Amino acid sequence: MTFSYVVEQTINGVTLGGLYALVALGYTLVYGILLMINFAHSELFMMGGYVGLGVLKVLADPAVADKAGMGFLKPIQAFFMSGGVGFVALMVATFLVSAVVVGFLGVIIERFAYRPLRHAPRLAPLISAIGVSIFLQNAVLLWISSKQLPYSRADGVQFVTATTAFSVAGVDVSTMQVFIIVTSLVLLALLDTFVSKTRTGRAMRATSQDAEAAGLMGVDINRVIALAFFIGPALGAVAGVFNGMYYGSVKFNMGFIPGIKSFTAAVIGGIGNLRGAMLGGFMLGIIESLAAGFISNAYRDVIAFIVLILVLVFRPGGLLGEAVAEKV
Amino acid sequence: MAETTTTAAQSGMKPGRRPGTKKAALYAGIALLILLVPIYFQAAPGLGFLVRIFVIVGIWVLLALGLNIVVGYAGLLDLGYIAFYAMGAYAGVLIGQATSGVLGGATYWVMLIPGALAGAITGIALGFPVLRLRGDYLAIVTLGFGEIVRIALNNDFLGLSNGATGLPRGSEVMVQPGMIDWLSSNVHFMTPFGGEFVFTSNVFWYFVVVLLCLIAIVVINRLDDSRLGRAWVAMRENEVAAAACGINITTQKLWAFSLGALSGGVAGVTFAYVQQFISPESFTFMESVFVVCIVVLGGMGSIPGVIVGALLIKGIPDLIQGLAVAGVFKVSGDVNSMITGYRFLVFGLLMVVMMAVRPQGIIPSARRARELRPEDERILEEEDQQMWDVEHRDPGPVDHP
Repeated sequence: MTFSYVVEQTINGVTLGGLYALVALGYTLVYGILLMINFAHSELFMMGGYVGLGVLKVLADPAVADKAGMGFLKPIQAFFMSGGVGFVALMVATFLVSAVVVGFLGVIIERFAYRPLRHAPRLAPLISAIGVSIFLQNAVLLWISSKQLPYSRADGVQFVTATTAFSVAGVDVSTMQVFIIVTSLVLLALLDTFVSKTRTGRAMRATSQDAEAAGLMGVDINRVIALAFFIGPALGAVAGVFNGMYYGSVKFNMGFIPGIKSFTAAVIGGIGNLRGAMLGGFMLGIIESLAAGFISNAYRDVIAFIVLILVLVFRPGGLLGEAVAEKV
Repeated sequence: MAETTTTAAQSGMKPGRRPGTKKAALYAGIALLILLVPIYFQAAPGLGFLVRIFVIVGIWVLLALGLNIVVGYAGLLDLGYIAFYAMGAYAGVLIGQATSGVLGGATYWVMLIPGALAGAITGIALGFPVLRLRGDYLAIVTLGFGEIVRIALNNDFLGLSNGATGLPRGSEVMVQPGMIDWLSSNVHFMTPFGGEFVFTSNVFWYFVVVLLCLIAIVVINRLDDSRLGRAWVAMRENEVAAAACGINITTQKLWAFSLGALSGGVAGVTFAYVQQFISPESFTFMESVFVVCIVVLGGMGSIPGVIVGALLIKGIPDLIQGLAVAGVFKVSGDVNSMITGYRFLVFGLLMVVMMAVRPQGIIPSARRARELRPEDERILEEEDQQMWDVEHRDPGPVDHP
């Protein structure tokens, strides 16, 4: 129970919070516009982890290039594994490909599973989303692997070797943690600027306030919704890759718990509110880490769920959200 | 398949029409089928295990009937329904183990009471704080609650649940209903299909589950027509309007929640005594989703719908799995994991497709079928337009005197 233990748990919490915030943005973006919980979002986070692992294996795992017919990869891998510029290029490629692929997956899901239900009763899209979520999980289970896949090369070497970046109060902070915290903060700042400063961002805010009125003002609603379904899953995918690197493995059901927690984070901040989701993400990450450290690690998931229930019961609008009376 | 035709005919039978001989014949047909199926399969060599599968499917019919009260009638999406099932099962086993010395062969029957109560009390305890929440928030909170229960059970909560190993502990055995011994040693006869029928514990449980389902169907049917049932429908359709009409929303929701949970608790106790063993593994989020699937795909608010839903969704895959495991037909690879995986894959897809093309379910309830059609709104709009046209019609040149 020393001070350094508190610092250590807080740093872990901030790292976790960065991941939650990235995923929470996806929930909040979609909820803000469509008033629906994209239940499949947690699976998109998981898909992000898998796509990222695939890219890393192709670009930097010699075992893949050694396979028959894959020899052409050798010179490419030599560049990506050369360190320095090669390493930066590898990271950029991994995150970019993962984000774009999963982003488009999000758009496709919206097009086929949610758009036909836009005027249906509220439960319909939610049930459809649960269906998508079950489908994606089991597709990965059946067609990729039902086992936990290590997030490393076939010979067991990590793609990103975490070293100590610096020490605070006697606590080592790893490069991985710095990487996650810095990247998530940068992405959050970028998204915030995009939504508040650009023309498209204004269209998004307008749609979220009143889709019909925005449509009458010339905003292409379908494009705005598709964009929300691209950005959210793309950020979720980045979190998925980080999650894989940070915990060292991916599994088909890895999205479920972080998904619920990120949703909690979105609710804590006030669902539909971007800055709220970021705040909620970091808050929940820190609360969870401290509670896991000081109360019980076995019950860390329970703590997040209890926070969710308490927030919904006592402040359903969230910290930064406003209470909305139901219109009749 | 016999069930499908029956229920279709049933829903065609509108109240007010006198039940004809046709309906009576159909009921008699179902009753005969229910009676003969276990006898036939128990007697058929090598197929006795199918009766056990029917038992499990029957328990799921019971679960689906219970969740149908919450989702179908009251319109509250509960994604943690399995928690009530778990509470019933654990309460039944824990209290049953402590009292079986006194109760002996009657343990299961007596345990139905604490099991049902455990379900209902948990339902009220959860419902009280969260029922003010809107639909999708409620779904997430119930999901969270389901997970809390599972994690607590998995971590040997208060030293009661024995963690992931499950109950009963070590060398303990659960006492079976006393009737089973008597029935299996006294009731056996040659069947006309060939093979000897013995009244085994599987057959016993089959009839217990059928009985429980029948009771649930009768009770729910009566509820649907009661003041409570109509309050649920009003609340489901429009909460604000219902409240304005003097319906106490919180009370009605609590009733729905606790009655659904009670049914889940009964199913839980039965499951525990059938399996003779329970562990947190049987109460995961996926099981909750599975019950929701059954209710949604079968037809929310429709009793024949959820029964058919359970038979199709739980029954057919279980049957295929059972037959494949028994080697009746060959499937390459790891049969169990393959069927589990493909089953969910197909259900995920089915849920999406059903919501798009047939949101009212396989056998919709008469009321639901009427309310979920988008074209109705178009007709309303057209009528509005016509009214407007009539009212604002250009009167044309009018001769002023």
